[in-house]
Amino acid sequence: MAETPSAAPSYQGTIHERSRRLMSAWYDSLVRAGERNEPTAYTMISGNCVEILRSFDIATAFPEVNALQLAIRKQSLPFILKSEEMGYSSDNCAYVKADAGFTFSGGVGNGAPMPAPRLIVCNFVGCNVYIKWFEHSAKYLGAPLVMIDVPFLREREPSADDIRYVVAQLKDLIGVCESITGRKFDIDRLREICANSARAEAGWARSKELCKARPAPFDAYFDSINMMGPINVLRGSPEAADFFDLAVAELEACVARRQGPLPQEKFRIVVEGPPPYPAYRQFRDLFAAWGAVAVQSTYSTVGGIWEWGFRHDPRRPLESIAEHMLLHNLCNRSLLDRFAQIRRYLEEWQADALVIHSVKSCRLFSAGQGDMRAHFVGERGVPTLLIESDLEDPRYYAQAQMKNRIDAFFESLEHQKLTGSLR
Amino acid sequence: MIYGGGVDVGSTQTKAVLIDGARAIVGRGLIETGANVTRAAQRCFEAAALAAGLEPRRVSCVVGTGYGRYKVTFGDVQVTEITCHARGAHFLFPETRTVIDIGGQDTKAIKVGKSGEVIDFSMNDKCAAGTGRFFSAAADVLGMKLDEIGAVALRGRDPVRLTSVCTVFVESDIMGYLAQGKKPEDVLAGVHRAIATRTVSLVRRVGLEPEITFTGGVARNVGMVAALEEKLGSRPNVSPDAHFMGAIGAALLAVERAEAGAVAKPEAVQLRGWEDGR
Repeated sequence: MAETPSAAPSYQGTIHERSRRLMSAWYDSLVRAGERNEPTAYTMISGNCVEILRSFDIATAFPEVNALQLAIRKQSLPFILKSEEMGYSSDNCAYVKADAGFTFSGGVGNGAPMPAPRLIVCNFVGCNVYIKWFEHSAKYLGAPLVMIDVPFLREREPSADDIRYVVAQLKDLIGVCESITGRKFDIDRLREICANSARAEAGWARSKELCKARPAPFDAYFDSINMMGPINVLRGSPEAADFFDLAVAELEACVARRQGPLPQEKFRIVVEGPPPYPAYRQFRDLFAAWGAVAVQSTYSTVGGIWEWGFRHDPRRPLESIAEHMLLHNLCNRSLLDRFAQIRRYLEEWQADALVIHSVKSCRLFSAGQGDMRAHFVGERGVPTLLIESDLEDPRYYAQAQMKNRIDAFFESLEHQKLTGSLR
Repeated sequence: MIYGGGVDVGSTQTKAVLIDGARAIVGRGLIETGANVTRAAQRCFEAAALAAGLEPRRVSCVVGTGYGRYKVTFGDVQVTEITCHARGAHFLFPETRTVIDIGGQDTKAIKVGKSGEVIDFSMNDKCAAGTGRFFSAAADVLGMKLDEIGAVALRGRDPVRLTSVCTVFVESDIMGYLAQGKKPEDVLAGVHRAIATRTVSLVRRVGLEPEITFTGGVARNVGMVAALEEKLGSRPNVSPDAHFMGAIGAALLAVERAEAGAVAKPEAVQLRGWEDGR
């Protein structure tokens, strides 16, 4: 349908299309690396050290991204079933099962012709299932496995010993990269990459900051996936940094003309937890129907919380990478720390309510979300909805039940708004 | 006189209630939902109108609720049964602050404000453990009718301890106890006690504030009312219309809408410029 001349431009501007092109180029680079027999690697998103791999020009893929892409294309279930047939428990992480099922079916990646990794870096050992995932992948794909032991964050900041401990392991990883690529480590190259990372991180932080506006210029949960590709997958590249410069300019323009993702922003919500990728659009529509816009989300920080000011530091590249790994793996932080993050989001982004989407197949992430709900309802007086399905397994998503809970929640919020009892 | 209709299409039964402008219940309808949900809703509404001696077209506004609310195709607006049960419970018991609703496949705990508004709620997850379906399964194994198990459970003196409240596994659990020679009344007392324990744990998530009103089809089960009373330490309000509570709340909302002239369906919100993921 042709747009009327007076119609405002889409709130997404060119962000979605640019993100899509960047991700396609990234896949192409992986395929090319495979064709040229250049080294490629697997690592995970949360709190990773992709800057080091990038400094050796090792094209890096992320099994979690592969898995979520299978889910959003509604292709995950046959591979999950394949894993279960092989003996993976139905309670296991569905990301793991989808990726393992795909791998054991003879594929690599997400359905596109991706090369098998020549190096597997498990950058977080707090999740035992992930350890096994990377061990199985390494064994099956015949790639060396580097396992980095990141100590749990016991205090608000990591100790100097923690940082030294992780840096020492990063140096071991550098040795492995040198041997795989036949290249010498170049600290100046790493500094340059860290500077690119910091520029992208600042851009992402600024984008999130703009959601303090009314209306928020984008949905910081659902639209965030357009930004999470560049920040999580391409962090350290000049392209990612440039992407965010452009995104910020477009989003600032949206704020200036008071344009948001919905015709009317009726409710401002904070969302905790990843989305149900197999039912992404359906799930989003349930919130859009109520005029609910996410002004902040914790899922958008799985790669790091940049809005509090942390940046990779070109002056101390290895130390800042270690600090990032210690501080910014979501599951490496205490539950109270996660509460504090949500509290700031609710207060500083002036949200009306909190929505917690709990993931059935990830107990590590979801444990404590009942307490989280109780904390925000009981101690903070924040209307909070706790719903549950899965990020990857479509069997856990029931539209009728989901709709019932979401509708009931917003019916209640609407009433509170009408009567002025909503804070 | 203005009339409002509420049609609650539940997983097991469909209930309809008509309320007039003086807030009096003038008609009720109740039928098994069956496979044709739209037809069930229509027939139930017509039954309520017949009971009220009203032509259906004289009802100014109809609110659909329950899982099949979008199948109430003649309805003007849809509202979740959570909101409707809260309104219904407040209407019959104005001091209600907590609603326990146990239906065919849902158990809900609803925290209610002074004017019957929902403040908070908690529900069972995607599993029928501890719902009306659980009682149906237990009755089937024991070869009893659903409406007689409550009275039998009250006779139990030595309730068994169920290992799970899974609607599927309850059958093998009960068979096991019967094989051990346990009496049916003790098995059923154990069944009711297990459900009451699970329900009260759900209620604690929203806070246990009196008065507590028990609604939904399972509230007609005297054994369950007694088991809940034991766990709660006080007797919950139970109306003879407990199973109509969702429809009553819906009908009240319908009357209010009709009075306010707000019968038109709200427009759907469209996202602009958003595409499905990559």
